[in-house]
Formats: sequence, C-alpha cells, structure tokens
Amino acid sequence: MEYSTSGSPPVIAPGHTFGTVTDKISSIVLTRKTSVGWYAGFSVAFLLTVMLAVSVTYLFVKGIGIWGNNVPVGWAFEITNFVWWIGIGHAGTLISAILLLLRQTWRTSINRFAEAMTLFAVVCAGLFPAIHTGRPWLDYWLLPYPNTMGVWPQFRSPIMWDVFAVSTYATVSLLFWFVGLIPDLATLRDRSQSKTGRVIYGVFALGWRGSARHWHRYETAYLLLAGLATPLVVSVHTVVSFDFSIAILPGWHATIFPPYFVAGAIYSGFAMVLTLAIPIRAIYGLEDFITLRHLQNMAKVMLVTGLIVAYGYMIEAFTAWYSGDKYEIFVPWNRATGPYATAYLALIFCNVITPQALWFRWVRSNVYALFVIAIIVNIGMWLERFVIVVTSLHRDFLPSSWGNYSPTVWDWSTYIGTIGLFLMLLFLFVRFLPMISIAEMRAILPEAKVDEDLREDLRVI
Amino acid sequence: MLNPPVYGLMAEFDDPNALVAAAHRARIEGYRRMDAYSPFPIEELHEALGLSHTRLPLIVLLGGLVGCLGGYGLQYWAAAYAYPLNIGGRPLHSWPAFIPITFECTILVAALAAVFGMLGLNGLPMLYHPVFNVSRFALASRNRFFLCIEARDVHFDLEDTRSFLQTLNPKEVSTVVD
Repeated sequence: MEYSTSGSPPVIAPGHTFGTVTDKISSIVLTRKTSVGWYAGFSVAFLLTVMLAVSVTYLFVKGIGIWGNNVPVGWAFEITNFVWWIGIGHAGTLISAILLLLRQTWRTSINRFAEAMTLFAVVCAGLFPAIHTGRPWLDYWLLPYPNTMGVWPQFRSPIMWDVFAVSTYATVSLLFWFVGLIPDLATLRDRSQSKTGRVIYGVFALGWRGSARHWHRYETAYLLLAGLATPLVVSVHTVVSFDFSIAILPGWHATIFPPYFVAGAIYSGFAMVLTLAIPIRAIYGLEDFITLRHLQNMAKVMLVTGLIVAYGYMIEAFTAWYSGDKYEIFVPWNRATGPYATAYLALIFCNVITPQALWFRWVRSNVYALFVIAIIVNIGMWLERFVIVVTSLHRDFLPSSWGNYSPTVWDWSTYIGTIGLFLMLLFLFVRFLPMISIAEMRAILPEAKVDEDLREDLRVI
Repeated sequence: MLNPPVYGLMAEFDDPNALVAAAHRARIEGYRRMDAYSPFPIEELHEALGLSHTRLPLIVLLGGLVGCLGGYGLQYWAAAYAYPLNIGGRPLHSWPAFIPITFECTILVAALAAVFGMLGLNGLPMLYHPVFNVSRFALASRNRFFLCIEARDVHFDLEDTRSFLQTLNPKEVSTVVD
C-alpha cells in the first residue's frame, strides 16, 4: 500500500501515529461535547422524520389516492424516490468493496461513512415500494412462504427480482458495515469513560481482542464480502432498471438501461458522498484524514460516471430514432418539448453540462465549487428518474389514454420526510459511532509496515 | 505445566516490528500455544506464529452453493409444481427468468456464511476472556502490541518463560490471571 502519490495531496496528513489517529477519531464520539449545531440539525431532521411518519400514517388510512398518481401515471414520486435513494447507496458499496479490491488506499478514510450512507439510503429506498403497494399490510405476500391460499410469488416478474435484490443488498450492506465496525467498537469499549458506554460498545464489539488468529479470518471474511458485494451492487441497479426495461413501454424498453442505471447510481452516490463529506470534515476538523486528495478523486469518479450517463442519454435518443418506430421516436421529442420539458432541460443542465466544470483542476480543488456541483448533480439525478418514470407513462400508444401527473402535498411531504429520516440516522451515526475506520487508518500509517529484513527472517524458518 | 489461575504471560511492545520479531523468536524457542494481539491486522504476524490457513473460504463457497441451489430450486418448484401458471403456453420451467433471484440468493447466503463463519471460527461473541484481566490490555485496541504465551504450552514455566520474554525488550511483562 502506498502512502501518497507524488504530486497529489496525501491520503492522511503527516505526523500522525497509531495513538493520535485513535484518539482523534474516537474523541469525536467519546469526549467531544455535543455541539448546539448537532442538536439543531438533529431536531430539524427529527421533525422531518415526524412529518414522514404523519404522511405515511395518513397514506395508510386514506390509500394512495392522496398522491397525485393516477392512470395512466401509476408510478410517479414513489418510484422516482426509490430509484434515487437506492442509487445513492451504490457509491458506498463501490467505495468500500470495489475500491478495496482495486487496492485504492485513499478509500480508507471515507468508506465507513459512505457505507453508513448506503445503509440509510437503502432504508429510505425500501420504504417506497413497501408503502406504494396500496395495501402495505399485505407486503409479506411478496415473500415466498407456504400459505393457506396455496399461491406463490411470480418469480418471472422483475418486481420480485427487485424484492430479492434490494433485501439482499440491505442485508449485505449491513453485514459489511458491521464487520468493519467490530474492531472500532472494541476501541470505543476500551476507551469509553462511562460504564454505559463500555457495556453497550462492549456488547456490540462481541469481545473482539485483536488476536492474530482473529485478524486473519477477519481479513479473509472482509475481502470475501468485498468480492461478493462487488457483483451484488452491479446487479442491484441492473435489476432496478429491469423494472422498466422488461416492460414494453416506449422510453423504458431499452437495452442501454442496466449499464446506464448503474453508472447513474454511482454518479449520484458520489455526489451525495461529497455533499455530506465536505461539511462533515469541516465541522469535525477531519481535514487531516479526509484530504483534498479524497475530494479530487471523488470529483474524478463523478466526471467519468457523468460522462457515461450523458452517453446513455444520447444512445437512448439515438436508438429511438434508429428504431424507426413512431412511438419510440415520439418519446425523446415529447421529453424535450412536452409538458415535462422543464424537468428534462433542467436534468440535462444538471447532469451533463454542470459536471463538465470538473475537467479543471482548480474546480476539483475548490471545496465550495465541489459542494455546489454535488448538490446540482443530486437534483439532476432525481430529475432524471422523474423524467424516465413519468414522461414514459403519461404518453403511451393511444392518445385517448394520455394524462398528466402533478405531485400533491403528500408526495412532497413523503419525499422530504425521507430526506429527514436519512439525515437523522446520519446525525445519530456521527454522534455514536466512529465515522472513519480507526483500525484501517492505523494500518495505512507508514509505521504499520513490517521491515523488509524482518520479513526475510520469517521465511528462513 | 501449571494449573489455573494463571492463563499465561503477556509481553507488551510498542511497535509492530517488535511484536513480529518476538512472535518469531518465541516460535523458534519452541512455544506453540500463544497468541499475538494488535490494533490492526499484521499479515506477517500470522506467518511468525506459524498459523495455518483458515477454512473460511470453503465455508463461503458452500454457503454460495446452498444459496444458488436453494434459490433456483425454490423458484423451479414454485413455478413448475406448487403453483403452475399457464401463460400463453410458455414453458413452466422458464429458467432465464429465474437467474436474477438465483444470483441474489447465492450472494446472500455466501455473505451470511462469511460473516457468521468468521465469527464462529473466531469463537465470537465471547465477552469475557482472561487477557482482558490485564488492565494495560485496553491499549491493544489503540497503539500497543501484545504477545501472550499461554500456560497450557508444554514449554511454559512461569519463571523461565518470564525471563525469556524479558529478553525480547518488552515494555512490560504481566501475568494473565485466568
């Protein structure tokens, strides 16, 4: 593992030791006084979560008629939000699994926090398909279990694939995150001053003691999990894209969808990691660990995936034209000039034009510029899903079945409520758990390396 | 060999090289029942202690196979036997449509096998362990490195082992009470 590459900022500021890394990260949880800002932010997020609870309760009482969805637009905000949230989660898995397999040392200081983001985003994502079924108390019918009705789920349906893909993704993300946390929970157990802290962190640390035998199996398990999570993350958004592309609707039925969705997911996910990392590193003084190098690398990933997404938009339009099918040709035309043209043009501005600024090094080195671009991309990726879902549905084959969709206040309150839930979970996470992997940070310090001649000695016996 | 209450003797070091060298020396000395504790994984330590490879990859492979066959079998059985639906005369055993769920089940069971297999082989959760009786051992999760030679080793002798550990330049040697 390399310490830094010449010319780029280091992945960890010089002068840190095993002790200082441990103390700095664990003190955020254990000794730092909870700031007024934290309470304020948490309160806002909590109130938004309450709004979500109210919206969902009202939905259960009244039914999905409180939303703007109606034939022909049966899918709208809830599926847009589902795809948006699950896409955001993908960056966390990419950082923690794929970059681990590619031996990208710089991932170390952002992976924990990106994995937490994944987990919370999947929680928000999973909520939407569950509540839009109409009779959410029967959601368990989606699971294959022996029942007195004698029926089984339709396994040929992409909706069922989605159930399996998303629940597997949620489970594996949780396992990956928890396994990564075990050694750090042991650190918190050993360093906590309060009895409650020692007991709670101690129970979750499972009695971890850093034995060489344990570390060996632990590292094997971690690597295998990374190897399993890598194809998983690609499969999840592929399956999500199947929800659309298996249907015969113009604008959905396209073979470009799986790769284009996966790239879009990583794109929006990195935008969200930047949106969160930039303020957090400033507030908690973590510039030594989340350096400019991390932000620059994430900006580069965003630029590349943004270009893939732009290519996807282009191929979508090209394929529609090349098909010679008038319904297909109508879709891109209607997107650019129809009732939702504003959303479409805004998404092109957000996702295709804005990220081109990232070609310039000075933009990639400017945290304010990065933050603004990340926010714009977040909005753009939400608009992209909205355009895909709604514009394809509102104009299908027969003009007599055309319709329009506009969101109601409950659509908005549910969507904004999940942002509150996401932020609330994130606030709790940074307050109670180490947001950077302490054990992995120790391992990338130069003094963690065993001398070459000592390694030679080991081979002698 | 001594009876409990002594679990072993523990030497404390302040850098990974010293621990690896100490583990290596102890192994040359003939000690086998020992373990090293560090705040982060040290690949060479495993070699220095002469530990064998883990069976974990095999467990994960088996988990993956169980998930794969179980996932496919469930779909095949449900679609072809338990609840056959004739949709335009299409085959009941429509295998291409069963691949996504088969894949997800493979990953799910393999990942569960990896985590629970790792915990199981490591004997975790185990909230009590004699090494925790050494108060300085709390630093094993911060910046200190420990080598513990256990009393059940055939070469273990409270005095001899202690003087051997002293030759390794430790920061401290402590007795681990069982």
